[in-house]
This record gives sequence, C-alpha cells and structure tokens, in this order.
Amino acid sequence: MSTEKQLFTISVYTENNIGLLNRISAIFQRRHINIESLNTSPSEIEGVSKFTIVVNMADDNIKKIIGQIEKQVEVIKAYYHKDEDTIYQESCIFKMQSDLLFEERQIQNIIKDSNARIVTVNKSFFVIEKSGRKEEVDLIYKELKPFGILQFTRSGRVSVSKQPMEISQMLTAFN
Amino acid sequence: METQTIKNKETATKVTERITGSEAIVRCLIEEGVKVLYGYPGGAIMPVYDELYKYQDKIHHVLTRHEQGATHSAQGFARISGEVGVAIATSGPGATNLITGIADAQIDSTPMVCITGQVPSHLLGSDAFQETDIVGISTPVTKWNCQVTKASEIPAVIAKAFFIARSGRPGPVLVDITKDAQFDELDFAYEKCTKVRSYVPVPKTVSGTLEAAAKLINEAKKPMIVWGQGVVLSEAEAAFKAFVEKTGIPAAWTILGASALPTSHPLNVGMLGMHGNYAPNKLTNECDLLIAIGMRFDDRVTGDLSKYAKQAKVIHFEIDPAEIDKNVKTDVAVLGDAKATLTAILPLINENTHTAWHQAFKDLYAIEYEKVIKDDLYPTKEGLTMGEVIHQINVHSNGDAAIVTDVGQHQMIACRYAEFNKTKSNITSGGLGTMGFGLPAAIGAKMAAPEREVVSISGDGGYQMTIQELGTIFQQKAAVKVVVLNNEFLGMVRQWQQLFFDKRYASTEMINPNFVAIAEGYYLKARKVTKREDLAAAVKEMMESKEAYFLEVCVEKEGNVFPMVPSGASVSDIRLS
Repeated sequence: MSTEKQLFTISVYTENNIGLLNRISAIFQRRHINIESLNTSPSEIEGVSKFTIVVNMADDNIKKIIGQIEKQVEVIKAYYHKDEDTIYQESCIFKMQSDLLFEERQIQNIIKDSNARIVTVNKSFFVIEKSGRKEEVDLIYKELKPFGILQFTRSGRVSVSKQPMEISQMLTAFN
Repeated sequence: METQTIKNKETATKVTERITGSEAIVRCLIEEGVKVLYGYPGGAIMPVYDELYKYQDKIHHVLTRHEQGATHSAQGFARISGEVGVAIATSGPGATNLITGIADAQIDSTPMVCITGQVPSHLLGSDAFQETDIVGISTPVTKWNCQVTKASEIPAVIAKAFFIARSGRPGPVLVDITKDAQFDELDFAYEKCTKVRSYVPVPKTVSGTLEAAAKLINEAKKPMIVWGQGVVLSEAEAAFKAFVEKTGIPAAWTILGASALPTSHPLNVGMLGMHGNYAPNKLTNECDLLIAIGMRFDDRVTGDLSKYAKQAKVIHFEIDPAEIDKNVKTDVAVLGDAKATLTAILPLINENTHTAWHQAFKDLYAIEYEKVIKDDLYPTKEGLTMGEVIHQINVHSNGDAAIVTDVGQHQMIACRYAEFNKTKSNITSGGLGTMGFGLPAAIGAKMAAPEREVVSISGDGGYQMTIQELGTIFQQKAAVKVVVLNNEFLGMVRQWQQLFFDKRYASTEMINPNFVAIAEGYYLKARKVTKREDLAAAVKEMMESKEAYFLEVCVEKEGNVFPMVPSGASVSDIRLS
C-alpha cells in the first residue's frame, strides 16, 4: 500500500436524494480531504444519479473512503479509478471582449490549434468553449490569459471507466 | 424523496383510512410495536402529542426533563431489549438537544428512531421561530435521516426509518416532519419496510473465507479472541459461547461486548483497552492469531496501532465492510452477521484446550490481582474505593443486575469489576464517552425490562449533567437504583492531570450540593455512606428496595484507575501503577 498521494476519480451511483450530497461531502470534510472537483448528474440508469468526485489522496486511504461512501444507505455503489483507467473530460468557457477577436489574430489561432470553439459573438463580448483533459484546459487558459479574460468557468471532471461498472446487474439483484 | 413503491397486490387493494399526518405518525409507531417512547413537547410537534393523548392506552409517552435525556432513555431501552428506542422532540432547540444522544447511538451502533417536529413547509428557510436545519445538523451522526413535508409520505418514511435503524449494523435515524404535514390528511395504510434498494444490511460472506479462517484457527498455537458488541447486537451469544468453548481460545472483550459471555466463564480473560485487564492487553502483543468478532478496533482498545498485534495474523468477523482494514489490517475478513458466521464456522474448527497458553493469562492475572485488584475490591486502608462498592453490588445482586454506567473512573471500575451473568447487562456510553448518559439510560433500561434489577452508577460529575431526570424516575415510578460514587472531582480528568500534567488540577474539583437532599426533593428514598462499615448494609437495603433508591457513596478523593495504557502507548506498555 502506498502513502503517496495521487489523483483518483470516484464514481458514486446513488438514489436521487436531496440530502445525499451533504452526506457524501461530509465524509471528505471530516477527514480533511480536499475535493478537487465534483460533478453530479443523471447516470445511464433512469432514476439513478452519479457523483463524479476527483480527489488527491493516498492509495490506502481511498479504499477506506470508498467504504465510508458505500456505507451510506442511499449509495448503490462507489468505484475509484486512477487517471489511466478512465476516459475523462473537463469543460471550460471563457468570456472575452469582442474587439480582441479582430485586433488580436493570435486568438483565432489559439482557438483553432486547441480545438476550441466560439459559442457566441456579439458587439461587446464573445464566448469560447473548450472540452478536454485537464492539461488541455490549463493550456488554453494560459494562452488566453494575456489578452484579458472577462470571465472564466471550468466544470468538474466527467468520466467513464475503461472497465465496466455493473450497476444494472446489481440493481437487478437488489430487486 | 424516495418512497417505497407498493408492488404487493394485497397491500395495494388494502382499504385505507383518511387520517391526519399526526395520527399517522402515532399509528405507524404502534404498527412498529412501539409501546414506550421518550420525549418533550413543543410547538412544532404538538399535533403529534395531541394524538399521543388519544392513543395513550396503546403507547406510553415518557416526559423526560430534557430532550437529551429522552435520547439516552431510548438508548437504554434499546440496549437492554434489542428493540428500537424512540425519542420525539419539537423543532429548533428540542431537535438540537437530541444531537448528543444521536451521536452516541451512532458510534455505539444503537437502534434508535428520533422524530422531530419542524416549522410548516412554507416557512422552511425563512429563519422562522424555532426553525433549525436539523436534517443538516444530524447528517454526520445518523445512519439515515430525512425530512417529510407531505402527509402522504409519512407511513413509508417511518417504515423505512425503523427498518434502517434496526437492520444490519444498527444505528440512529432521524425523521423531521413539518407541522403542515402533521395537520394534512392522507390515505393511511401501513406496510413494514423489508428492503431498501441501495442498502445491503448484511453483506454476503465471501466464499472461502470461513474455510480460510478455520484453517488459521486450527493451526494457531497462541490464538486470542477479542469480541465486541457485534456479538450482542446479532444475539450470537450462544453461537459465540459454543465457538469459544470448542476452540478453547481465551476471549477478551471491549466494554460494549461485556456480558455477552458471563464474567465467571473460565475462558473469559477480561477487558481490553486503556483500563482493561493486564493479561489480555499484554498478550495481544504475544498471540499468533487475533480473532476479532463484532468489534471495530477503537483506539481506546488498540493503543498505538503501529505496535498493536503486529506479530499476529488477524481474522475479523464483521457485519460492516467499512470496518475491514480501517484500523487493523486483516488476513481474513469474514463478512456477515456474527450469529450466522459463528454458527457456520463451528463444524470447521477443531476442539482444543490451549492449556499452556491459558497459563500465561493466569500468571498475568495473578500479578494484576496482587498489585491492583486486591486493593480495589478488598481495601484495608482508610477511604472507600469504587471497586468495593461494585463488589458489594455484585454480592447483593448475585451478578444478575444490569449495570448502567456514565463516563469516567467509575465507569472503568464498574466495567472491570461488575459480574455479569446475563447478556445485555452492561449499558454504557463507549464510543462517544457521553457524561450524563447513565441516569436517563437506566430509566429506559428499567422500563424495557421491569423484571430486571437496573443499577445506575455515576460519578458526581456526570450525574449532575442529567440530574434532572430524577424527576422522570419519580413521575414514572421507575424503580431504578441510583448510585453516585462521589470523589468530589472529575476523577478521570484529575487522574490524567496527576499523571501527565504535574498535578495541576485545573477545574476538576467539584463543590457538590447535598445529593441526598436533592434525591429526597424528588421524593426518592436516599442514603449516604461515608464509612466502610456502613457500605454492605446500605447496598443491601438499596437492592432490596422495591422502589427507586438513591445511594451516595463518598469514595477516596484521589483514587486512580489502574492498569492503564497511557494515551498513545502500546497495549503491552500497560502500567499497573
């Protein structure tokens, strides 16, 4: 078991319940574990929600955390994966002044080279969207920053695992 | 809010009645077999109290003197009976006063359902009078909790609450019900909950683990059993005794496991942990196999984990998968209910006696007896000891009493020296260490088991945290025997100050009131003992009393509890003085 910290993506399948976010985040808070990102969404199964939580922690502690999460009554199953075992994406959007688009040709190159796209343009501002891995998002941020970013928002990680997560079978067994 | 879908045809066609939410709450409790509940009325729960008034021939409400007392009484009720304890309170301060008891029940795995009133749903979030976010507050200390804002949700939620509280590893559940949901009407039909889709109360025993455990047990030369409350909660006492007797393995207990095997049983080698017995602590670090059954390796049991049983292989019989490898790395984890797994493993294990290994325990016990036990139980010098009081209670109860303790020195002494013949006889706040637990818990225990002798033992500190529950004893005519071991100190803290803070007794000395006068003020029979020659007669009189009885014993002021594993030390560094 390793005590060296690394990034883990935790996927939690749950019943759709109002208080559950509080219950799950409390597990991390109590142990002083900082959540790098958290995303909640519907899952592939109707009526089942999915939390995708990214944390930076040691290998031997992640198993204990998974145990504590799965112990919650309304949690169906929790998994954890290292980055190499998942396909993941993050998304970000930038709001910038419209005149930059015409005055700074470099911006158009950045958009083209990074496979980003322009979502909307109006007289005062335009919006760029970019989805990708964390490093790609970091890179475009770094490149756009010198031109002046009016607003920037980045999403939590969304991810799917390379190995199957057999929730449907599990739910069939429960019923 | 998820509600159970009614799939059963029979239930779906069952005739329903149109009743109010508040009546539904009381009817649900009756359907769950609740005969006694503990609580305190107030604005947001008044509709329910109105129904409790109507149904008082079916369900008995006990008015405690503080909501905390209600939770501890419900806990005492649950711990002695194995049934779900129920506490009820109003919104705001009524609800927040439950929190200590809920946290206590959570860490000690006690089945409890708490019902709180809440402000009407249209006022939620408006900082209304007596509004508090009790669901938010109680989340980290409940097994499950939920807020109900619609009358129609009440039956399914309460059914689910009871199911979750009592199944698997038990725990406290809180249901917060808005006042409008209490007033509104619903079509009432009750169906007990037997399943929650996402919840596995008892995990499946992994194939091969019983065989692997049996192999280790059969091959071990110096095995040792450490058992906890899991044995009591799964009512596995008979299976456990059969397992211990067939294997001949010395067995030691955590304080919540006490009484699952009689104290006098030859294979019972005593208490584990900080103030436990010398032999099981020392020999934890000499055994070759540690068999943990229904216990969670609490730090008060293990001391320094990096020096805990490192030489031993570890088997862990456990119902909660999150406990496996949490504190101590196991070689074989036997998941499941202790009664089922112990029964299943019995045919796989060989008979043994481990005679030489037992001698090691006896030798260390002899040392502890000479250095500690003899002077605790049969002191000759001046000043009454806590130990001799417990000894007198043993003598005059024949070891059949349920001992309910508070927290501190008296608790450790009582757990060390009380003789238990019957299971579910040691009721104490273990994990949370809640001072003030004892007196109200004893009330609940006595009401759940009126045929049993229930002795509440407290120190002068903890006793005063919930002393007002003497009023509940009087009003309910609960024949609890109340013992206060008065050393005019917060004794355990003072002991640590003496040993680790150079005797700087910061805020541990207590200038106490006239305890006998207070008890008499509540119309209890009361007596105070200051001399050894009066002790036996006083304890005898107390035990023979048909009614509640208060006994104050003035014990030596600066007595210490030994043995002791100093905080952060290894169990084998246990001190005898």
